[in-house]
Amino acid sequence: MIMKSDGFIRITAAVFRKDTSSELRTRYALNALFLFTLTTLSIILFSFQSATVPVQVHAGLLWVLIFFAAMSGLSRTFITEEDRGTILLLKLSTISTPVFYGKLLFNVLLLLALTAILTILYSLVLPGFAVMSMTSFCISLFLGTVGLASASTIIGALIAKANARGTLYPVLSFPIVLPLLLTVIRATTIAMEDPAWDAAMDEYRVLVSYIVAINAASYLVFEYIWKD
Amino acid sequence: MTDIRITVAGLRKDFNRRPVFSDISFDLSGGRTLAISGRNGSGKSTLLKIIASLLSPSAGAVSLTIDGVEIHRRWTFRHVGMVAPYLHLYEEFTALENLTLIDRIRGSNHTASEYEEMLAMVSLERRRHDVVRTFSSGMKQRLKYALAWMDRPGLLLLDEPRTNLDPEGITTMKTLFKEQRGNGIVIVATNEEDDAVMCDERISLSGVPPPGAPGTGRKGGR
Repeated sequence: MIMKSDGFIRITAAVFRKDTSSELRTRYALNALFLFTLTTLSIILFSFQSATVPVQVHAGLLWVLIFFAAMSGLSRTFITEEDRGTILLLKLSTISTPVFYGKLLFNVLLLLALTAILTILYSLVLPGFAVMSMTSFCISLFLGTVGLASASTIIGALIAKANARGTLYPVLSFPIVLPLLLTVIRATTIAMEDPAWDAAMDEYRVLVSYIVAINAASYLVFEYIWKD
Repeated sequence: MTDIRITVAGLRKDFNRRPVFSDISFDLSGGRTLAISGRNGSGKSTLLKIIASLLSPSAGAVSLTIDGVEIHRRWTFRHVGMVAPYLHLYEEFTALENLTLIDRIRGSNHTASEYEEMLAMVSLERRRHDVVRTFSSGMKQRLKYALAWMDRPGLLLLDEPRTNLDPEGITTMKTLFKEQRGNGIVIVATNEEDDAVMCDERISLSGVPPPGAPGTGRKGGR
């Protein structure tokens, strides 16, 4: 017995809609992300004041903000299902794959929205933040965000049943997302220094490869996480 | 009636090397009902979860066949309805939204009038637009019955079926039980004699025996 592709898409969309409606009502992740963004941006703003900051530091700081925002909010999708006991209802309703991709889609769109808002706020409040190639900058942000959301989703699923989740999540995430962070910081720095949109082509290739690899691994691993 | 059959053979479950039950075997076809009883911790809920494919057994096998075709465990959920105390609803959604969302995730497409019908069946039609968070535990239990029964499953699993139900809810539960008997199989995990007497067969999970002793799953026909 197999699931037809239109059925798979419909069920993935149903899981995504459920998570979006649930988030809009409970605001578990939204509140955490909003508060994190507000406090960290304020701290950075007061620390730097009018100091001139090198481009590499801006790129690094921006991704530190996005990384920790992702850490504080994106693991919630699986953890809340586990904590509230609703995961069994999902397991009695469908197979693993559409659940994973529905939640991945939710996390990707949530983090894309957060990245857009964070970047706009960052560029408005911090002096000296300038981008030479907007196309390259947007590609870097997009690929980095999708990669980070993909990694956060599978790690969130992995740790949902563990006891010491608060500690486990960043500890487990760091080695997995380190190659992504190093590459995306380099790509963002290039976009802020070089006007050519394809100057960071090598970095784009690495980021695309990372996204493909993490999603292929997630597809294979999630079935086992789902079973017991 | 669906031509459905469930065969459980030599089932054993261990948690951290501690055996919960072992050597459980039974065979049920459409129209038959089974009561599983046993003291607390004897593995009644665990056995139901294994039958529903929510857990894997440590040894043995569960085989579900529909019209002579064996259903892979990955797809068992399509033929199972379950009501259990550890099965929780989405409390931020209304009763109607819970039905609609789960129905869509199941890939089914019931109509609005069918949802209304399900809610009326469990006497929740007047509270359909209220969020589940405001429901009493008995009302939540009723909604679980509506969810379990929505797709008319071939196999209905009931764990402590009358938990939190008032007399009216128990009557609804018994009506569903009778309807399901005409539709497929019912397996009930209970220590309530009133529930067990409704079933055709009974097994008792009385704990794991010492090495060399016969199995724990004692099946007695009624």
